[in-house]
Amino acid sequence: MKMLQEWHNKSLQDKIFSMILLVLCIFVIMITLYPMLNVVAISFNDSMDTMRGGINMLPRKFSTYAYASIFDKNYFLSAVTMSVLRTLVGVGTSVPVMVMVAYVISRKEYVLRGITTRLMVYTMYVSAGIIPIFFLMRTLHLTNSFWVYIIPPLAQAYFIIITRTYILSLPDSIMESAKLDGANHFTIIFKIIFPLVKPVIATLVLFVAVQQWNNWYDTFLYNSSNQELSTLQYELKKMLAAATIKGDANSMGNSESGNFLTPVSIRAAMTVVVSVPIMAIYPFLQKYFVGGLVVGGVKE
Amino acid sequence: MVRSLINTKKKTKTTRWLKTIKQQYQLLIIGIPFLIYTLTFAYVPLAGWVMAFTNYKPSPNTSMLDNFVGLKNFERLFSNEVFLRSLRNTIAMGALDIVLGTVFAVFLALMINEVKNRGLKKITQTVSYMPHFLSWVVASSIILGVMSVDGGELNELLLFLRIIDEPINWIGMEQYFWFVSTTSQIWKESGWTAIIYLSAITAISMDMYEAAKIDGANRFQAIRFITLPSLMPTIKIMFIINVGNLLNQGFEKQYLLGNSSVINFAEVIDTYVIRYGIGQGNYSFATAAGLFKSVVGIILIITANKISKKATGEGVF
Repeated sequence: MKMLQEWHNKSLQDKIFSMILLVLCIFVIMITLYPMLNVVAISFNDSMDTMRGGINMLPRKFSTYAYASIFDKNYFLSAVTMSVLRTLVGVGTSVPVMVMVAYVISRKEYVLRGITTRLMVYTMYVSAGIIPIFFLMRTLHLTNSFWVYIIPPLAQAYFIIITRTYILSLPDSIMESAKLDGANHFTIIFKIIFPLVKPVIATLVLFVAVQQWNNWYDTFLYNSSNQELSTLQYELKKMLAAATIKGDANSMGNSESGNFLTPVSIRAAMTVVVSVPIMAIYPFLQKYFVGGLVVGGVKE
Repeated sequence: MVRSLINTKKKTKTTRWLKTIKQQYQLLIIGIPFLIYTLTFAYVPLAGWVMAFTNYKPSPNTSMLDNFVGLKNFERLFSNEVFLRSLRNTIAMGALDIVLGTVFAVFLALMINEVKNRGLKKITQTVSYMPHFLSWVVASSIILGVMSVDGGELNELLLFLRIIDEPINWIGMEQYFWFVSTTSQIWKESGWTAIIYLSAITAISMDMYEAAKIDGANRFQAIRFITLPSLMPTIKIMFIINVGNLLNQGFEKQYLLGNSSVINFAEVIDTYVIRYGIGQGNYSFATAAGLFKSVVGIILIITANKISKKATGEGVF
């Protein structure tokens, strides 16, 4: 009722403006959501039926066979394990490390503060490039190893700066009084800093988790010869490459125990599986990242 | 006498050091490993640039320093058609991403800001930055589906609207690759970039809008003469940051969306380095390509930062 009343009170020009806005918003929502929903619909549609085309936002002939077939593949479980493992270990190691480093370089008395900060900030702009880094990883025996997922991205300048900025905004008196009470730096970090920077920790956890989950590039570059270290993203990437090389993906339907499956269906199911964790944490993500991004955007 | 003086001087210096170490050992326990980590992973690889000036052959008997050839790799690079093409593609797609990416993000921010219905506003914003969190692998899987020649939604829509008579092979024809790349970039990232512009819009004083309203300005005029001009400093600084990163735009999407039939327009310096360097073992030549990219990148960043400091009084570093 109230909305109608408001609508009635608007001038004609305002009404047109609001209508255009509404149309534009729906357009943006459709353009963003439709391709995603379409993949979900295809993944749940019967494989042969999909070839007829015209699947929109809902499956026409419901089937979970594409999912059943990827869950059956022997690489699938190990890829899931690897993706989950790298995300958990990555978050569990890099977030505490980055908070501790951020605390240390926020201490004004720290002798190596200037040089450490400067060297760290430059890493955001200077990179040796793919080949020298590849050689370094090989020299350090990080290729063909799980640790290439964990150690190189352990402490990233951008996140450390966000955390340091937050720590610097805390009142110094808290740290001072803790020191007077005889607390050492480790006590301060674990008993005072960690609880106080919770919003930043939440941001870091989510950003690092997304980064770890989404990364395919390190698998491709360093671990591609070792199937055991393959991740979900990399398996999907291999499927994509196979489909583009073959050109017409639809022509290679294969038969498995009377059921037909096309690469299009398998790829769609795989795409959905790979994105489910991200979509699941997305609502929690939202609350934190805007602040994090703005801090980063200004300081970048 | 003199000797003892020097000795005490030395002594006080060392004792001061010892004292600092003793006082700050806890900070150093965390700080020094981090310093070593940074040096190892960011600065040690810089020594690998030496390879760009040698003719490195991977074998147990040669070291990186053998077969010094001077600038020969660079000479070869600039007479190499494939490299020049990937340089052109890198710059072109980078520029398209920056210009159109900014335009769309600003447009989106202005649009979302004008929506007065809170529910609609929230939904539009939430949905628009959703693709940012998908990996490029997932995004390209979706995009390849949408743009596919048989049954892709883009073709179906254009056929339905009778804009085209026959489905277009968007991902298999090289003349369309830049369009595919930039559209993908806009689809995936403009919602996310718009957050920065939206937060800049909220900082604009409401008084200006009220004054304009009293003067009889309509909403279009308010956008045109208040919001947009107030956004200009933010647009400028974001633009400068992006230009500094021009050569680093993309790569993942070019690698994932490209295929052998569009390679002439999809190859960028980074994919070139991977294919010729790591893929085919031409380490020195590809390092030279990477070094060229890094040096141009650093020059761009420093220049952009200087311009930014002059133009807006704010530098990035």
